[in-house]
Amino acid sequence: MSRILIIAEHDGQSLNISTAKCVSCAQAIGGDIDIAVIGSGADAVAAEAAALDSVTKVIVVDAEHLEAPVAANWAAEAVALAADYSHVIGPSTTMGRDLMPRIAALAGVNQISDIMEVNGPDSFKRPIYAGNAIVDVSAPAGSTVVATVRAASWKAAGSSGGAAVEQRAASSSAATHTRYIGLESGGSERPDLQSASKVVSGGRGVGSEDGFQVIYQLADKLGAAVGASRAAVDAGYCANDMQVGQTGKIISPDLYMAFGISGAIQHVTGIKDAGTIVAVNKDSEAPIFEIADIGLAGDLFSVIADLDELLG
Amino acid sequence: MKILVGIKRVVDYNVRIRVLSDGSGVDTDGVKMSVNPFDEIALEEALRIKEAGNADEVIVVSAGGDECQQQLRTGLAMGADRAIQIQSSEALQPLSVARAFLKIIEREDPGLVIFGKQAIDDDNSQTGQMLAALWDRPQATFASKMVVNGSSATVTREVDAGLETVEVDLPAVVTVDLRLNEPRFVKLPDIMKAKRKPLDVVALDELGVTVEGNIEVGNHAPPPQREKGVMVEDAAQLITELKNRGLL
Ligand SMILES: Cc1cc2nc3c(=O)[nH]c(=O)nc-3n(C[C@H](O)[C@H](O)[C@H](O)COP(=O)(O)OP(=O)(O)OC[C@H]3O[C@@H](n4cnc5c(N)ncnc54)[C@H](O)[C@@H]3O)c2cc1C
Repeated sequence: MSRILIIAEHDGQSLNISTAKCVSCAQAIGGDIDIAVIGSGADAVAAEAAALDSVTKVIVVDAEHLEAPVAANWAAEAVALAADYSHVIGPSTTMGRDLMPRIAALAGVNQISDIMEVNGPDSFKRPIYAGNAIVDVSAPAGSTVVATVRAASWKAAGSSGGAAVEQRAASSSAATHTRYIGLESGGSERPDLQSASKVVSGGRGVGSEDGFQVIYQLADKLGAAVGASRAAVDAGYCANDMQVGQTGKIISPDLYMAFGISGAIQHVTGIKDAGTIVAVNKDSEAPIFEIADIGLAGDLFSVIADLDELLG
Repeated sequence: MKILVGIKRVVDYNVRIRVLSDGSGVDTDGVKMSVNPFDEIALEEALRIKEAGNADEVIVVSAGGDECQQQLRTGLAMGADRAIQIQSSEALQPLSVARAFLKIIEREDPGLVIFGKQAIDDDNSQTGQMLAALWDRPQATFASKMVVNGSSATVTREVDAGLETVEVDLPAVVTVDLRLNEPRFVKLPDIMKAKRKPLDVVALDELGVTVEGNIEVGNHAPPPQREKGVMVEDAAQLITELKNRGLL
């Protein structure tokens, strides 16, 4: 039977939702599921992790030098735990993509990135070429499976469990070659782009940072998070962490509304799992309409003004 | 200081990928091949570091069959000083590539190794991190800004929550994101000059690397298609459609 270790993603205060999605993936693999919370003073995180359905045990590795998710430090701890497990998995967020390959290399195995479906305990489906092909991959028999889980493909596991929480001493000391300086975040009051059920996005068609104000207003009216295309980010209309797509965030909201976005494959790959895609573009030939569930050919500013009025 | 830059030959990002009907792979016949766009950014950054007087030599390295010499030549034309091909007839997975790079590092002793944050074919995003682990050196992934200051580098990383800054001692591995820089265009005279720059070929087994523990890659399938949508005329109809779907 599989023994699965999930490396929790958190900010010291709360558990990132991608961890609950990893639990769903682990349930599909089948077996015993433990979660490792590596950090410093992350008791609240451990409690959240312990509440996730079908988790047997939460292992807390607590040390001052583990506070920031420096891959060199976290990987050393994860590898020390890994010997007891057949699978070590983490989310394919920037944190997981930074950390998991370091774990895999230390464990001497290749890594499977972005599990979207489980075929069997060692066999999975994953996207390649920006999601333009889906490939079956299998880990070699008898070796530890180290993998990242494509969060957008999985629903978050429920929180009615009650796993045991076990403290474990850190097995390594701080890597002196890496110094964490800090994190500068957009600090938005809006819903988080990666977990929001509704997302309103703007592209180059929005035209300016000022123009983006109407995107924010519509989002606030709908209780939605705000996303953007790379072109909008590169043009400085909005912050980097709002980028959706192959090299931004891969999201799966119930509703995605794209305004002034043409629909390049690199953007579309980030929204393929959305429930309903709405596209508003003044060019009726724009490729975004090929994947939109509801399309409206027209000027985004007048459409948003009308929506604003009709929604009251 | 020497800088090594990893370069991968991939299907050009403008090509529409077609999965072969027998599921054995994607169609690469007669398809335009290019340097992975992230690797171009990695090389551009290395060249800028050298131009600012913080490095003496930029070496582009690619693992693959002889066809990847074309991409190495592009790297030389952009301004790299020399190139190394790690020759392998089979497609290598990230762990093998990292192991081979480690051997090149032992020979070249670079202060920095820069990779793209992912290759746009396999979308793995692993090689740089794996190399850093095997080399027991720091990694700074997804860089959108980097400043080399003597024996260390300050790197701004594009992470989900915003912009994270780390300082790493050199030697280090950096993987780069799109917003780090805009790669220069190659000019014709540079292409001519590149032909005379050294390109060394070293076989994977000469480096003492054996390929093992590969992930087995099986059937390829096209992604599921979304159902055809509807077009609406105005905001009022849009609201009706959204209400019908329980989204408003
Ligand atoms: C390696 C690589 C990775 C990439 N990763 C990403 C990624 O992660 N995410 C991403 O988004 N892109 C990514 N890109 C870029 C991508 O290829 C496109 O360039 C980008 O998505 C285009 O953004 P856009 O649709 O906003 O701009 P454009 O393609 O310029 O489209 C703007 C659209 O706005 C419409 N428009 C203009 N004015 C109005 C108006 N008043 N009302 C209504 N419509 C209007 C136009 O008709 C047009 O369709 C990547 C590219 C590369 C090479």
